[in-house]
Amino acid sequence: MKVGLFVPCYVNQFFPEAAIATLSLLQKLGVEVDYPVKQTCCGQPMANAGFEHLADGCNELFIDNFSSFDYIVAPSASCILHVKEHLHSDEKHAAAASIRTKVFELVEFLTDILQIKTLHASFPHRVGLHKSCHGLRGLHLGQMSELNAPGFCKSTKLLNMVKGLEMINLERVDECCGFGGTFSVSEEAVSVKMGKDRIQDHESNGAQYITSSDLSCLMHLEGLLKRKESSVKILHIAEILNAE
Amino acid sequence: MKNESQKDHAELAKEFIKDENRVDWHDGALWFIREKRDKAIKRIPEWEDLRDLASSIKDNVVSNLHGYLLEFEANLIKNGVKVYWAENAEEHNNIIYSILKKKGITEMVKSKSMLTEECGLNEFLQDNGIDVINSDLGEYIQQIDNEPPSHIVLPCIHKRKEEIGELFHEHLGTEKGLSDPTQLTRVARNHLRDMFLKRRAALTGVNFAVAETGEYVVCTNEGNADMGAHLSEVLIASMGLEKIVPRKKDLGVFLRMLARSATGQPITIYSSHFKKPRDGQEMHLVLVDAGRTRQLGRKDFVASLKCIKCGSCMNTCPVYRKSGGLSYQNTISGPIGAILAPNIDMKKHADLPYASTLCGSCTNVCPVKIDIHGQLYKWRQEIVQKGYATNTKMMGMQAMAKTLSSPSSYEIIGKAGRWILRNFPIAFNNNFNAWFRQREMPESRKDSFSSWYQKTHPKKNDNNE
Repeated sequence: MKVGLFVPCYVNQFFPEAAIATLSLLQKLGVEVDYPVKQTCCGQPMANAGFEHLADGCNELFIDNFSSFDYIVAPSASCILHVKEHLHSDEKHAAAASIRTKVFELVEFLTDILQIKTLHASFPHRVGLHKSCHGLRGLHLGQMSELNAPGFCKSTKLLNMVKGLEMINLERVDECCGFGGTFSVSEEAVSVKMGKDRIQDHESNGAQYITSSDLSCLMHLEGLLKRKESSVKILHIAEILNAE
Repeated sequence: MKNESQKDHAELAKEFIKDENRVDWHDGALWFIREKRDKAIKRIPEWEDLRDLASSIKDNVVSNLHGYLLEFEANLIKNGVKVYWAENAEEHNNIIYSILKKKGITEMVKSKSMLTEECGLNEFLQDNGIDVINSDLGEYIQQIDNEPPSHIVLPCIHKRKEEIGELFHEHLGTEKGLSDPTQLTRVARNHLRDMFLKRRAALTGVNFAVAETGEYVVCTNEGNADMGAHLSEVLIASMGLEKIVPRKKDLGVFLRMLARSATGQPITIYSSHFKKPRDGQEMHLVLVDAGRTRQLGRKDFVASLKCIKCGSCMNTCPVYRKSGGLSYQNTISGPIGAILAPNIDMKKHADLPYASTLCGSCTNVCPVKIDIHGQLYKWRQEIVQKGYATNTKMMGMQAMAKTLSSPSSYEIIGKAGRWILRNFPIAFNNNFNAWFRQREMPESRKDSFSSWYQKTHPKKNDNNE
């Protein structure tokens, strides 16, 4: 099994530790991982703003970098969802279609493909799980609170394998944090209010860390937490699953 | 009317959010309804199947609208109802006016109808010397405050009871400081009761129009539509073309879903069927297009016409809850409004598809399974293609796309950006940066993952070259 590691642009620039943890975790689990160094971005920032037609360059690069792998794994639900739903190419139609079925967010790769049952990890802290919308409602990493359907949560399943970790309960289990890409700046007031309210839920329920499959949500929440000098920290789920 | 401005959703939302207590209370009130809805639908084991069924019935309706409308019209005529077709708001308003004028009527009661709000009927009739009173309590409150509804089911959800007390004091002469909802409701009720008894004409909206029988169903909790209808000598109904259901038995699906989705009630208190005029009464029904057939021709957006106006997408939408319905500047606000409004006036409403994080909760609560957040994404593409994006946004996106399409410029710019953030944070940490105003920038790392990887995996790197 040859896995291509996709490290989304902002993770690459601002959260290298999460990518290092992802790489290390996959290698610990015996996976052969390669990182194509000429990768950049999935194109979502343009597409979500309405400029899908400007994402062609990103699409072509993505296909060139990743078409040779059996699986493509990234520590970002949002970017994976974008590739799954929107990667296309006029010339390399088949390659794009094939990639769309081979991309996985880290958590679902661990639970669905590797089907891991145990983890050698320890993280003796109280953790709140922020279910990112793209991970939850896009990739179905867990059951969505709006539906009348049996509950499950792939992230919780993994976090429960971590020694010493205590999950906290939230009042609103899957409400959006308000990041939303360019929304975070174009609708600054709403974005910030939504983020503050999510933080309040985690803080009042005793979280020491907020974790998620999406660093974009966490980057937004971290910005707010730091501004108010909160003691609550953010960590990508890979860093917790890789903690020893 | 109040709230007409050149400001966009983001600016109006910012104003709404200034009063954080109000936002928390507004958000909490709507979230409470969302939770009531969750409890109600979880008592129906077949809820998700019902959504599939409702969705396919409505798919059938929008794909065969022409035939169903003609069937409905024929049955209305057979039942003794006079039928009118209005292409736009102006035609609709003129039809209503001519019906009233012919009977020499100068006063009318109107139950809740978002369509007539959309058409600006009240203002039009008032300009032509006809007084209209909204008989739905929430809409009545909005009317006396000269403000449009902020929510299609809960028109004055953004107002506190104290504010309503103040309005009643000013307009209905209640005691100053009275804010008890029961007492205020009693005052409004007495006032409206008098209107019902005196006014000769009543207008209602339509929730469901049954093609097979020519009857229509009006759902209310206050019974105000019934009161108006039964006491009037002229009964008028205004409906959008999309309100059709094929068969009477389809109502069994939609009536089970409407109130549960809207408020968490098992059913609306009154689900009244209107079919034939009683002796001495005239019944008129106006079928209104007002852009609906244009939406019918938009393959990516046609599903928006399946909407049964339950408002559940508004209640669940965190952006709606934090920004208030009036910030959308459209009769139908919230996520559904944001996919309907650009069809009517794309330039004016170009901001609405962006008033969303695309979180997808709206799509999940929708009883007829409209892919609302998918359509928001598509409207953004459409708006950019049609040239309604701002120049700064366009230039920013072009620059970003150029950088991200080239691995070498991406690496250089990433490195430079991190270096500036580390050494001259003021370049980012200033009030021109909408991220920084209320949030810290992410910490700048000396090494990106990519440079770390290339340092630690030199061989792999060579292989890739």
